Amino acid sequence: MSQNPQTLFQKIWDNHVVAEEPGAPAVLYIDLHLVHEVTSPQAFSVLKERGLKVLRPDRTVATMDHSIPTKGGYEAADEMGRIQLRLLEANALAHGVRIYGLNSVQRGIVHVIGPEQGFTQPGMTIVCGDSHTSTHGAFGSLGFGIGTSEVGHVLATQCLLQRKARTCEVRVDGALRPGVTAKDIILAVLAKIGVGGGTGHVFEYTGSAIRALDMEGRMTVCNMSIEGGARAGMVAPDDKTFNYVAGREFAPKGAAWDQAVARWRQLPTDQGATYDKTVTLDAHSLEPMVTFGTNPGQGVAITQPLPLPSSLADAAERAGLEKSLAYMKFEAGKPILGQPVDVVFLGSCTNSRLVDLRAAAHLLRGHKVASSVKMMVVPGSQSVKQAAEAEGLDKIFKEAGADWREAGCSMCIAMNGDQLSPGQLAVSTSNRNFEGRQGKGGRTVLASPLTAVATAVAGCIADPRVLLNGGQS
Amino acid sequence: MSAPKFTTLTARCVVLSNNDVDTDQIIPARFLKVTDKLGLGEKLFCDWRYLDDGSPNPAFILNQPEAKGAQILVAGNNFGCGSSREHAPWALVGWGFQAVISPMFADIFKGNSLKNGLIPVVIQPAAHAALLAARAKNHDLPVTVDLRAASVAWPGQDPISFPIDPFSRACLLDGVDELGYLQKFAGQARAYEARHA
Repeated sequence: MSQNPQTLFQKIWDNHVVAEEPGAPAVLYIDLHLVHEVTSPQAFSVLKERGLKVLRPDRTVATMDHSIPTKGGYEAADEMGRIQLRLLEANALAHGVRIYGLNSVQRGIVHVIGPEQGFTQPGMTIVCGDSHTSTHGAFGSLGFGIGTSEVGHVLATQCLLQRKARTCEVRVDGALRPGVTAKDIILAVLAKIGVGGGTGHVFEYTGSAIRALDMEGRMTVCNMSIEGGARAGMVAPDDKTFNYVAGREFAPKGAAWDQAVARWRQLPTDQGATYDKTVTLDAHSLEPMVTFGTNPGQGVAITQPLPLPSSLADAAERAGLEKSLAYMKFEAGKPILGQPVDVVFLGSCTNSRLVDLRAAAHLLRGHKVASSVKMMVVPGSQSVKQAAEAEGLDKIFKEAGADWREAGCSMCIAMNGDQLSPGQLAVSTSNRNFEGRQGKGGRTVLASPLTAVATAVAGCIADPRVLLNGGQS
Repeated sequence: MSAPKFTTLTARCVVLSNNDVDTDQIIPARFLKVTDKLGLGEKLFCDWRYLDDGSPNPAFILNQPEAKGAQILVAGNNFGCGSSREHAPWALVGWGFQAVISPMFADIFKGNSLKNGLIPVVIQPAAHAALLAARAKNHDLPVTVDLRAASVAWPGQDPISFPIDPFSRACLLDGVDELGYLQKFAGQARAYEARHA
């Protein structure tokens, strides 16, 4: 142990520096590289051009999630999608990389299956050509998204050139009230700091509200770190973390497990260690959150009126808010509750795990999806789907009138045919409400699974606490 | 494939001053099914650039005569936020941009840009405002990005230095291939693996 108190981030960083030349970034060792069909083809092409092989196929895991149809089978994909999916299979085969392909019962969204299969472990460096790699930080690992050039670097060398980020503690204390979830915590953090507030930083989420979250909730929070501009978000590992990892297929076993846990217990930030900055949030005062604009930082408590552009002093910010409200067809100063909704999407690497589906199904049980609403439920992985079906959750969704699909990113990124029509309004448990993100011209309100269900039942944006109370507000 | 090189550029610029332009706007996800880097320039800012019938949106800056031949994009704050897709700089470079000027870039976009010879020029809000003002007066304003000096200048404005990772700068000036550089550490990486096995 170092004598100077260190943060979780500092410890993982120091433990992975292979070399560092003066003036150059550190050569950082990567423990786990997750690969999917969309950001890897050009990286494999570079390897081919240079006659290189994947250096550590045993540290590389491939899956299909972004452009995979959720109706099952390749047939539903368009031609370019099929080419991309088949190319990933061919590349994995050529390089001996483990792949969870179309018919794998463990296939799923890359950030769902990493933890689910036990690949994701505390203390690791984890990268993927996907910005939501921050999800894996929930395990006390350093996970961050990289570009395709860097995907090639890691495939070929298992290393990356990296500058050390600054640290930002996001401290969330207090007990959440009923109907308020991990998703609401992160949407509130983003509303507070804005979409650029974490740029140049790695977040470490601390405080009693974070400790109280289950692993799925911590993943939801860490997942959206990138929406605040932070490439990574982390939570110190604890017994909940170890219990989650224990027994999973790729987790250490026997004596190796005991050694690993002993090592992982050294990871949490030391008393007296300092962060470059700190942001605080009171969990007890939070209400369910929704976004109203075209970036994830534009969020409000669901009962609050939408902000007035005139309340902003900065001209560019004012123009941004006006543009967002115009795109969303929302009126400043008016409530967002009661806005009629066309689509409800329950899924994505933010909120598609068994715990999310369970919470949603329990709230939905005995209710119907409003006839004006199309509700789509997309499990994060085929394993999640199976487990949900074993519990009968699929029946609850189907009986309520929701569409129950195969695993994938689906309408979060709208590459696979699951998408909004122009002008449609969706309440979505995903992570991005950018213009057209869920389909060209589509409008997205981000919310928790509970808010999504309440909205599906009401046919308009609705406070889940009303449904939780049996319809009494 | 050779490493991108950049020394200095004097070119006209176009202004897209919205804050928080995300990479989904730069290149929408439906164009990410490509397995190469070709043709993305035609899709740059697709949903702002083209009307529903596919014709160019005359109100969008890239469709205006002043955009022709421009090689520098003057962007708003936090340009390139959101998705890590390297298709974003590929599309900007494919269109013909070689530099983007903004008060702040999202981290992943910045890194991806540097790997593709697209220079992210970070300037203070006051200098950014001065550039917008000068550009508003003169649509042909020539802007010079000098990577050797790490400075940006335009007529009437002394060179303003901008922060840029010295390693990335050296790689771009000398055409150093980053993957080649990383491969030099193979021995140390194997030693690291042995220590951590």
